Amino acid sequence: MTSPLDKKLKITGPVLITANRLADGAVIYRTAHGGWTTQFSGASVVNSAPAAIALLDAAIADDVGAVNAYVAPVKLDPDGRTRPGNLRELIRLAGPTIELPQAAELPVAAG
Amino acid sequence: MYVYDAFDRTLVAERVSEFRGQVARRLSGELTEEEFKLLRLQNGVYLQLHAYMLRIAIPYGTLSSEQLRMLARIARRYDRGYGHFTTRQNIQFHWIKLEELPDAMAELASVGMHGMQTSGNNVRNITTDQWAGVAPDEIEDPRVWAEVIRQHVTLHPEFSFMPRKFKIAVGSSSHDRAALRIHDLAFRLHRNGSGETGFEVMVGGGLGRTPFLAKTIRPFLLKRDVLSYVEAVLRTYNQFGRRDNIWKARIKILVHDLGAETFAKEVETEWQGIKDGRLALDPAVVADVASRFVYPAYEALADSPPDLAQARRADRRFSTWVDNSVSNHKIPGYAIVTLSLKPEGGTPGDATAEQMDAIADLADRYSFGEIRVGHEQNLALPHVAQRDLFAVWRALDKIGVATSNVGLVSDIIACPGLDYCSLANARSIPVAQEITRRFRDRDLAHDLGRLHINISGCINACGHHHVGHIGILGVEKNGEEFYQLTIGGRADEEARLGTLIGPAVSYGEVADVVEDIVAAYLELRARPDEIFLETVERVGVEPFRERVYATR
Repeated sequence: MTSPLDKKLKITGPVLITANRLADGAVIYRTAHGGWTTQFSGASVVNSAPAAIALLDAAIADDVGAVNAYVAPVKLDPDGRTRPGNLRELIRLAGPTIELPQAAELPVAAG
Repeated sequence: MYVYDAFDRTLVAERVSEFRGQVARRLSGELTEEEFKLLRLQNGVYLQLHAYMLRIAIPYGTLSSEQLRMLARIARRYDRGYGHFTTRQNIQFHWIKLEELPDAMAELASVGMHGMQTSGNNVRNITTDQWAGVAPDEIEDPRVWAEVIRQHVTLHPEFSFMPRKFKIAVGSSSHDRAALRIHDLAFRLHRNGSGETGFEVMVGGGLGRTPFLAKTIRPFLLKRDVLSYVEAVLRTYNQFGRRDNIWKARIKILVHDLGAETFAKEVETEWQGIKDGRLALDPAVVADVASRFVYPAYEALADSPPDLAQARRADRRFSTWVDNSVSNHKIPGYAIVTLSLKPEGGTPGDATAEQMDAIADLADRYSFGEIRVGHEQNLALPHVAQRDLFAVWRALDKIGVATSNVGLVSDIIACPGLDYCSLANARSIPVAQEITRRFRDRDLAHDLGRLHINISGCINACGHHHVGHIGILGVEKNGEEFYQLTIGGRADEEARLGTLIGPAVSYGEVADVVEDIVAAYLELRARPDEIFLETVERVGVEPFRERVYATR
């Protein structure tokens, strides 16, 4: 089956497929073995539109495992390690760039 | 407080039960995401960058201490120990798990809370003045009318699938604290020449990609006609609003394209057919709704007790806080206390579970168990006896919600931005945090006076940047965060959209630019009490533009 994204998808560098896990919304990445992982390093990284489309089609077909699957850019470090290709993907991987509110910093009022 | 009846409780409980079944079917695969998405959105459940987000309505910004404790419990048990108060009198939890949502919703339902119509193309949570019922300048409590409308539009089948979302606000004071002109439909209670009270009806306001201020289409509407008029406006929008283009679907586009006069004529035609029918309000029905807003049994107290003056003399910080965060109440001897959720370096609108519990306890002890939520993302204790102000301040200070910055430069309104939101192009929160650090000098902040900064992380404008005295909009340019700045906007009774001062600047420059704008204001103001907005109105945008871009 031809993906509707077939004509639109332009790949200019390495990409992966990412989504959110259905049950809890956690960020997940498509693996080379047709599964999902929360580990960025476990993602299948591809470099061509046909390969990305094949991964994406399979990811979308898994409607119970994942929600909102899409193609995301990846950056390759000189040593060959991969990292998220833009700020949005970095935040999805690492969490908000701000310190989250901490209960311990705020003593409860005496009353 | 508003006392919900058995009908309300049953409705909310049934919705929880229904949603529990829908979630189970989604998790089992019986429902696809395409089928489920609409259902979850109808219950205020979004999918954001890291997790699901649950948005819970706080109708007309009124919370009981019991409800606030429940929000604390939800934060602690189902989220990460905090919640985020929004610019529309809602609270959001950003780390909710879908599989746990039905249990969370059931707990919320036990105190009459829910996420119905906090998302989707329906009538959203109806907002009003957070000082409703206690403001000295109000004609009557606007919450009664907000509640009358809420009851009519909740789950109304004709208005559940409109072209786009629809936001209604109701105000009743000379000073607009509900940002009426940026709503799809707004009602302002006022008196006509005969002394009769009725509504000015405004329609077609909204920010986002194409900002417009609402236009007055009827200067005076009898109170008995408010429901039929709401119905006529919604029907007109439902019929003529565009469904082919999401960017042109809001009623503001329709009103703009048709012209307010033509739109008003269409509404009038529709309204004439229904105004004397079943929607004409029976005063007994309104009285019944009004009777369920229970007011405290206030004591007979005098204003300005001697102990208060003494405490102010003894403690400068307290005195500064009173000047900044305490407002007049309609009952002698009482005050409205605003709780700043904008500590230096904090996230605007965030409150931890511990803070919520402590505030609930303080509300029980000092404010008849009632808390208010304002669109500025601050809270309020609406019924504090002036004799208790010192004790209240000490308790609020201990939990970090007594920063004396209400209405000042660090009282920043900000959306969650790219740190949470899947729609955002740029971050809002760290920009806000950096600005608060730059203006940590309290004396400078108080010298600057009233100065509202609003930040949105994308063109959807949840941070209401168009109406900030200084507005900051995050955009993306070639994969980098950039920010456009406007000045001169305002959201009150003299609402105005800000003017862009020039090209967007990078993430690292935003706080510098705000400092430049403020420095220009200090040089340009005619006198120390000329506030920023007045200076912008007097001298225009150009001197600020020159100052910001001269060296960039």
